[in-house]
Amino acid sequence: MSDTTDTGPVLAADGTPLKRSLNRALRAQKMRALMLIAPLLIFVLVTFIAPILDMLFRSVENQIVSNTLPYTVEQLADWDPETGEAPGDAVFAALYKDMFIAAETKRHTRLGTRLNYEQVGLSSMFRGSGRQIDDFGKDQIKALEKLDNSWKDAAFWYALMTGGEGAEGHTALLNAQRVRMATVTGDDYDGDIGFVPGRAIAALLPETAQAYTAFALFTAVEDEDVVAEEKPWEAVKVALIRDLQAGADVAGYDGPGAAELRAAQELAAELPALDFRQAFTASDKGWSDPETWRTIQIYSPDLTSGYFLNAVDLKQSADGIEPRPENERIYIKLFKRTLFMSLVICGACIVLAYPVSYLLATLPMRTANLLMILVLLPFWTSLLVRTSAWKVMLQQQGVINDVLVWLGLVNDAGRLVMINNQFGTIVAMTHILLPFMILPMYSVMSTIPPAYVRAAKSLGATNWTAFWRVYFPQSVPGIGAGSILVFILSIGYYITPELVGGTTGTFISNRIAYHISSSLNWGLAAALGTILLAAVLILYWAYDKIVGIDNVKLG
Amino acid sequence: MATYTLKYVEKKPLSFSLQVLAAAGGFVGLFVGAAQSTMLNGVIGGAVLMAVLGVLALSVLDEKLEKPFRWGVILLMAAGGWYLGGLAGLIVGGLFGWFFGWFIYWIGEGRYRATLLPYLTPGQVLGHYTFRVVCGLIFFFLITPIVVVMPLSFNAENFFTFTPKMLSLDPEGYSLKHYRDFFTNPDWQQALWNSVSIAPVATLLSVSFGTLAAIGLSSEHVPFRRAIMAILISPMIVPLIISAAGMYFFYSRLGLQGTFWGVVLAHAALGIPFVIITVTATLVGFDRSLTRASASLGANPVTTFFRVQMPLILPGVISGGLFAFITSFDEVVVVLFVGSAGQKTLPWQMFTGLREQISPTILAVATILVGVSIVLLTTVEMLRRRSERLRGLSPG
Repeated sequence: MSDTTDTGPVLAADGTPLKRSLNRALRAQKMRALMLIAPLLIFVLVTFIAPILDMLFRSVENQIVSNTLPYTVEQLADWDPETGEAPGDAVFAALYKDMFIAAETKRHTRLGTRLNYEQVGLSSMFRGSGRQIDDFGKDQIKALEKLDNSWKDAAFWYALMTGGEGAEGHTALLNAQRVRMATVTGDDYDGDIGFVPGRAIAALLPETAQAYTAFALFTAVEDEDVVAEEKPWEAVKVALIRDLQAGADVAGYDGPGAAELRAAQELAAELPALDFRQAFTASDKGWSDPETWRTIQIYSPDLTSGYFLNAVDLKQSADGIEPRPENERIYIKLFKRTLFMSLVICGACIVLAYPVSYLLATLPMRTANLLMILVLLPFWTSLLVRTSAWKVMLQQQGVINDVLVWLGLVNDAGRLVMINNQFGTIVAMTHILLPFMILPMYSVMSTIPPAYVRAAKSLGATNWTAFWRVYFPQSVPGIGAGSILVFILSIGYYITPELVGGTTGTFISNRIAYHISSSLNWGLAAALGTILLAAVLILYWAYDKIVGIDNVKLG
Repeated sequence: MATYTLKYVEKKPLSFSLQVLAAAGGFVGLFVGAAQSTMLNGVIGGAVLMAVLGVLALSVLDEKLEKPFRWGVILLMAAGGWYLGGLAGLIVGGLFGWFFGWFIYWIGEGRYRATLLPYLTPGQVLGHYTFRVVCGLIFFFLITPIVVVMPLSFNAENFFTFTPKMLSLDPEGYSLKHYRDFFTNPDWQQALWNSVSIAPVATLLSVSFGTLAAIGLSSEHVPFRRAIMAILISPMIVPLIISAAGMYFFYSRLGLQGTFWGVVLAHAALGIPFVIITVTATLVGFDRSLTRASASLGANPVTTFFRVQMPLILPGVISGGLFAFITSFDEVVVVLFVGSAGQKTLPWQMFTGLREQISPTILAVATILVGVSIVLLTTVEMLRRRSERLRGLSPG
């Protein structure tokens, strides 16, 4: 030791200090290992972890309101729900702009469905108003078109809005509308549409230019038509009348259609102002209800806790978070049932697996291996085969009932109902998960030396004491490993409860599947899934602490 | 154990034997009687019959007559069964006869003591056999559902249950029509084809990535080993419905939802933990000096891998692959969401069939799948043994 300290650091063959040389070798080894792992890690991250994270995000994501009703949400931010009155005219005007686009792109029904989760009736309200929105301002539009036929002419409108050949284009407005249409529809609105709003007309008639640009984008991208050949939406004409009534300075305008515009302004001055509030309320009374607006306001932020609240039977209301009405509370009950049934299944598995594992661990190797086949065969048999087998066994016209009737224990009319209820799920799932309990128990028990029990007996312990004080404590790790495994598996089971569970024997996972494929409430499905996932991850962590993931054995 | 000379096998007193035999006879008679709707007669008849047979066998007849006597019991009970229940009754009766013929001597001659420690008390002997019977019932519970499916798949009727014709073993009650349906129905054939085209590709993906990663993981210095392991194992732990939901949302964003590759990627992800677990388990016993020896003899890493390491871990790789294969082949939740009608696999088809209760063709498919799983189970078991032998973990 003293020699090495005297001569300074130990050197490797090439003269570098040994420590550094070793470190370099170690680093190379680490890198090599990581290079081998990397492809799989990336693969799992992309194909598996990313989807899970996406689902977690979906459980709080709520962009649909602000995406579909951008102007309304902006205007609504100033509204104070405490007034007890519906918001002002500006909000309704914004709502008209938003709803028109939403109705054209068929996005209003989605939004209605989304808001209906929070307040029943909003779905039909959005649907109804979306249907009638083309008729808002019908009289004004008629008057305008009667005044001059060119207001019906697609080419005239196109010339007016572009500002004629060679006019300066307002690309900022076009791009802003591209973004708006893209957020509403989720589609791509890039590319040349053969239209750029004129800068002069956009300054003169801002609302009209906005509405026409949106129309032009929709015509070119969704309908794939030529903008100049299509008559603009009613919303464009309504916007024009509003712009003119708002006192647009058309006198100083000399672009295309200047004469028609001046005539139109004279007409507009005589027309009554458009009352959007009245129009919306006429299409559905719900729009005058402050509660409706409250709901829209609460759910206008991009993130929401609404799905999670819903998943635990709560809701956001005017007075903060409160429980849902009695008849709407189902999820807590479902979580409790899932937990309860998983515990029962886990308990049944322990009770059934313990004797079998003990027998397998104590029998001579040859016999144990033979009997092991009886455990492994179900383990390797398709899940659906086993579920269909239980369907065959448990049905009212099934094997067990037939045997009972044949033996005369049950008469033909009184066949037992053993399927499509909790009993069916518990029996079938116990059978399906039993091998997952037996295998870890067996692997623990086969390591317990039989000498300990014999020693205990030779020291005077009774059979029971020897078992309970000596054997059982040594087998507890096996029980722990098996129970967590079975519990994790059963808590998220879907197929078996779906097929043999009926209505009372279903799990939370069946509800998740229902929300994904039938009710299409994906946010709620994601929230329920997140809660379930959290429970499973806690158990997984516990499993890792107790057993270690590396020690999972198969077969 | 074979060196024991002291055996506690001796003839039991007739009073004890007769009680046990009568009780057993009464118990079976109870069911036979119940089936004939005279429970009491059944119990008494069974008890008396067994007592008489017991007296005959144990005290009247000579011990040398054991074999003929047991045949006699079989014939007697078979005849009784024939009288009560036709051909099926004959077989059941014969089986009972075989059992009771053995049981009478087993009890009467005290043979049940043969394999037990001689100092056990009668209570302990009873406990021992009760325990065995309980275990037997649990094994029965494990295996019956799978066994029951098989004869039902030959049902001539479109029922999910045994018809009277089947029970009386009438050949007309059986037919291969459900198998014929499976092999001719385009739906089922399409589903079969989808399953056998998706599973191998998914298996190939998970095995090739998984084996590489397992080798990387088994080297001594891997940073974040636990975290990486947790991520790689997670597809096995996360409930399938959650994986399915996440993949459904995410894959539809990528345009993979409803495509062949979407399903393949999803299944490959689900199969990876199995490959990782089996291959790392095989690598635990891998002797690293072998690769060093190979390198010192001039082999490059690739040659070393394919000529030295791979042959040794191959059993683990194959059984991991089989696990991955069966995971994909048996998987229904994820494919339900990630796939579309074009990727309808066999389990999916079974799932819809079971939901709508269409036909026992499902049972024919189930029987075929049980056959497949028996083949797979045997293969895995053989591979495991071979691997243990190769690594010198067990002498056999």
